[in-house]
Amino acid sequence: MTTMDLIAASADTASANGQNDLRSALKFITCGSVDDGKSTLIGRLLVDSKAVLVDHLAGVQRAGETDLALLTDGLSAEREQGITIDVAYRYFATEHRKFIIGDAPGHEQYTRNMVTAASSADAAVVLVDATKLDWQNPDMELLQQTRRHSLLVNLLRVPSIVFAVNKLDAVEDATLAFQNISGALAKFAEAAKIPVRATVPVSALKGFNVVDGKPGWCGYEGLSLLDLLETLPGTPAETAEAFSFPVQWVEKFSSSSDTSQGRRVFWGRVATGNVQPGQTVTVLPSGQTAVVAQVLDHIRQPKAIPAGHSAGIVLDREVDVSRGDWLLAPDTFTPSREVAVTMAWMDDEPLVAGRVYWALQGHRWVKAKVRRIVHKLDVNTLAEEDASELPPNAIGHVELSFQEPLVTLPYLRSRILGSLVLVDTASHKTSGAALVL
Amino acid sequence: MNHEPDLLAKLSNSHLDALEEETIFILREVAAAFERPTLLFSGGKDSLVMLKCAEKAFGIGRIPFPLLMIDTGHNFHEVTDFRDSRAKELGAELIVRNVEDSMKRGTVRLAHPGESRNVHQSVTLLEAIDEFRFDALIGGARRDEEKARAKERIFSHRDSFGQWQPKAQRPELWTLFNTRLQPGEHFRVFPISNWTELDVWQYIEREHIELPSLYYAHQRKIVERKGLLVPVTELTPARDGEEVIEKTVRFRTVGDITCTCPVDSTAATAAEIVIETLAADVSERGATRMDDKTSDASMEKRKKDGYF
Repeated sequence: MTTMDLIAASADTASANGQNDLRSALKFITCGSVDDGKSTLIGRLLVDSKAVLVDHLAGVQRAGETDLALLTDGLSAEREQGITIDVAYRYFATEHRKFIIGDAPGHEQYTRNMVTAASSADAAVVLVDATKLDWQNPDMELLQQTRRHSLLVNLLRVPSIVFAVNKLDAVEDATLAFQNISGALAKFAEAAKIPVRATVPVSALKGFNVVDGKPGWCGYEGLSLLDLLETLPGTPAETAEAFSFPVQWVEKFSSSSDTSQGRRVFWGRVATGNVQPGQTVTVLPSGQTAVVAQVLDHIRQPKAIPAGHSAGIVLDREVDVSRGDWLLAPDTFTPSREVAVTMAWMDDEPLVAGRVYWALQGHRWVKAKVRRIVHKLDVNTLAEEDASELPPNAIGHVELSFQEPLVTLPYLRSRILGSLVLVDTASHKTSGAALVL
Repeated sequence: MNHEPDLLAKLSNSHLDALEEETIFILREVAAAFERPTLLFSGGKDSLVMLKCAEKAFGIGRIPFPLLMIDTGHNFHEVTDFRDSRAKELGAELIVRNVEDSMKRGTVRLAHPGESRNVHQSVTLLEAIDEFRFDALIGGARRDEEKARAKERIFSHRDSFGQWQPKAQRPELWTLFNTRLQPGEHFRVFPISNWTELDVWQYIEREHIELPSLYYAHQRKIVERKGLLVPVTELTPARDGEEVIEKTVRFRTVGDITCTCPVDSTAATAAEIVIETLAADVSERGATRMDDKTSDASMEKRKKDGYF
């Protein structure tokens, strides 16, 4: 049998098994309060799409019942406490797409893990527990964690946000409940300027609208959650901005046939724009200018490279470039020592004005001083409050000054130039995630 | 067949390209950010996939770190022979440290002579880290293998005892990896975290990566024990009353002889294994490992003790 025959012969098994791979993977996270059923929802997605292997399924049978949540809560402390502590990554595929799930914890104290999962996600499923809401009342209050998580994923620019209203099988009038809850969610999203792709009624426990649709249930005729996820776009590359490139690694050759005249190759990932031979670049911080002689893709094939992909760049002359430097389109970026950011604080020690941290942006480490805490955000409303420090898991606006100029763009324009982390100089902990304003 | 182009498109390589690119990005980050990295190389399929990506990342013959193998002394000779010849071909420095030497030093003590030495690798590994002052150990663990691994970061911080602290993991935001260390600490780095067993086999098939022969179907003497096919070897003889039979099998994972089992299979090529993996309904570890079943949290516990 040839490979082709084998592939053809396997098609039926493969699609029955739900393990066919496709084009690009969709990375999505699930978020919601403790006990909203996130782990059960993921378990349901995995089981109903036949991505769970029999030995794993056998491991979560207790007294004849399958506890879907145990599929993802893998740490002993999680099993003891019945909660999710850290992000678990799960993989599954349908006939149409490959998925990576970041199962993020719901507890407020683990906000940092949720922010971690959201920073690289293409989509977020915010789970809403119908049984915890005053669903008879169209003017009900949403749960704090629903607002909080929606605001956070929107702040981090997760491209697609979906509400999944869960446990509707457990309320008396599911149709009225879904109508009122989706109305309240729409009102909240509009006020907070959060674009929402869809609001889907689900029962993770019973499997309604998770993988298999249940047309007409709760008056909903739309796609099941999985069908919806199959249609969502990935994260768009930031090709519209001018070219910028953080240098990750410098490869030196004494002599080489695969680069022109044995010059150095600067490897990294294109942050914004595109790179091709012939374009002029400025080096930060040296300020020198050179022309791109050759561009290699991540496996050393010559090619023009767009944002989001690794590239090796050979310049036409010897200039001073090290790891952490930037190659930039000339006259488009203004390096600055001062920047205002939205800070998600993750350390157990609060952020205090005046302290110096390490900042990592691209591949560059610089010292950063907290000049001023402008205000703290109420994470439930994003209203601004006065504050002298940011406690763990708080979010606020902060002014930083750097030891050396950095090139930044607002996070809204570039996830790479607009993001940095602060690292405590004493403990080396990753203390804060900063989004440039 | 008419639908062949369709099927090929479905089994297309584009997601492998994304995985390969991510792995290469991580390998270069390690080479640039650490002073004394090493790549854990067992001769198994995952480490051979990493090695392939390293060849692409750095160029053939230019891998900028040594390869490290912790040998329990209970490895299949097909794998260790393969490991040695592959390292030689690549011109890579291969460091082997033996659990038996730790036993001679008295740092490893077995509860009984027949005990699996697999868990004791942690001791020998930490001794090697001390000896060479490695600050980053690149490993081929995948998150789809096991629940504790599903929780671990790509750049996983370990304290001076090599311990993983699941509750104190560093947030891993965007692709900003905080690689700062205190003296005595190190990182375990997992460049193929996001690959699945199927991805690995598709990549092996696509890239024509050579593997030790054990991975492909062969005849072997086995006994059936608790649902597993236990290979009959000097180290793992048949027990009283067990019937030794000859079967066509292959190994899905290759580790310490005393705890690795083959599976029933006639797959003789990577393409055939891709097909088998598509249809598999038992996980890699579930089908093959004798030592993971003792408790739900056994891997987590071992990782906390410094295991990979």
